[in-house]
Amino acid sequence: MSIETTPKQSWWNRIANPGQFVAWTGRLLWPLTILTAALFVIGLWLVFFQSPGSTPNVGTTLRILYIHVPNAWLSQFVYGIMAVSALGTLVWRHPMADVSMKAAAPLGALFTLLALFTGSLWGRPAWGTFWEWDGRMTSTLVLLFIYLGIVALWRAFDDQLRAARVIAVFTLVGAINIPIIKFSVDWWSTLHQPASVLRADGPRMPPEILTPLLVMFFAFTFLFLTLHLKAMHTEIKRRRVMTMQRRAAQGAES
Amino acid sequence: MKPFSTIIAHELRLALRGGGDMLTLVLFFVIVGAIVPFAVGPDKALLARIAPGIVWISAFLAMLLGLDRLFHADHEDGTLILLRQSELPLSAIVAAKVMAHWLVTALPLILASPVLAMLLAMDLETFLRTLMSLLLGTPALAAFGAIGAAVTVAIRRGGLIAPILIAPLSIPVLIFGVGTITATQSNAAMLFLAALSLMAVALAPFAAALAISSAED
Repeated sequence: MSIETTPKQSWWNRIANPGQFVAWTGRLLWPLTILTAALFVIGLWLVFFQSPGSTPNVGTTLRILYIHVPNAWLSQFVYGIMAVSALGTLVWRHPMADVSMKAAAPLGALFTLLALFTGSLWGRPAWGTFWEWDGRMTSTLVLLFIYLGIVALWRAFDDQLRAARVIAVFTLVGAINIPIIKFSVDWWSTLHQPASVLRADGPRMPPEILTPLLVMFFAFTFLFLTLHLKAMHTEIKRRRVMTMQRRAAQGAES
Repeated sequence: MKPFSTIIAHELRLALRGGGDMLTLVLFFVIVGAIVPFAVGPDKALLARIAPGIVWISAFLAMLLGLDRLFHADHEDGTLILLRQSELPLSAIVAAKVMAHWLVTALPLILASPVLAMLLAMDLETFLRTLMSLLLGTPALAAFGAIGAAVTVAIRRGGLIAPILIAPLSIPVLIFGVGTITATQSNAAMLFLAALSLMAVALAPFAAALAISSAED
């Protein structure tokens, strides 16, 4: 068995170069944008014209569901992306994994915030309160705090390359902790509350609600993917500008 | 084991001789607990009811306050670089420092907790449970704190950011800690708390060591 020593020019290695990455994925950006827009158009049309405006158990505020559920899903999906990117940073030291991790954090915080915001808008008419210390809501709030902590951590570091590995460690620690937090919060809230307002075996969804929900779900997921890719490109450009400024400053000194 | 115990002894000696840091932390713990009655009123029944929560919040804040000195001073004066040269792996060094940290911050708080128990009108049984839950839960706080301190070691203004990072992670400790005292399933909570502490103490040194070596490269 011989050991191969020549560097492999796989796509994986090639996109490690920021310029190559931007060139390769730049072509994806427009199709993704168009796909997202199309999904939103179809989804919103379904939501407003095909879906029933109200159901007996939820009331007239049903349409918030189509915004709320995709955001709640993204709040967890984005953390998954960040955890995978963190592995990429720590295990393969892939430079684009750093960028992906950094670009995802504010987006994750935003989607989590939207999930909480739409949830409380919904909760007011449905349960009569903006906020309930329900297990699911509480753990989403904690997740928001974790996202904001990570964003604050990114901003606190001067050297972004060194920051990436440190933050990757923290992201993975968070990823191990999130299930524990979820479990403990569930344990805590069932202890304090007689019964949760939202039941897991809640009303089964009729297809005319499920279809718009699924389309909106994909629309939001693709919205995240588009924004994430664009944010990665921006971050790469920002780093390039910073390097150029540093070089210019050095040139001015000598 | 010799280098390991040397580090613990070194940390303890530093803490004991390095001025009144330990006493200040204990004072902080007692003062936070004693300030609550001024905010909620001197109603003894109410105080007795929320006393476990107050004790845990005070302990939590005091532990967060003490985080800063876990690695930061060593990073500034170069001790951390010397420690990384030793043949003991960095994770073992971190584990030793976490233990020493627990001995100089958590143990004094636990010893001072009778004062708070008295001020907050706890009965004896609740107090014993509080003592138990603090003993079981503070190692997890120290371990999570080590991760926070390690992640922020290279940041100049790290003092404020570490508590922000650590507080959400510590929520399960608070839940099970207070659960051990008050909940109806307090024995289950106690077991969860012990499991959480064991896991955190076992895994945190590796994560913290990885963060330190990434930050100092």
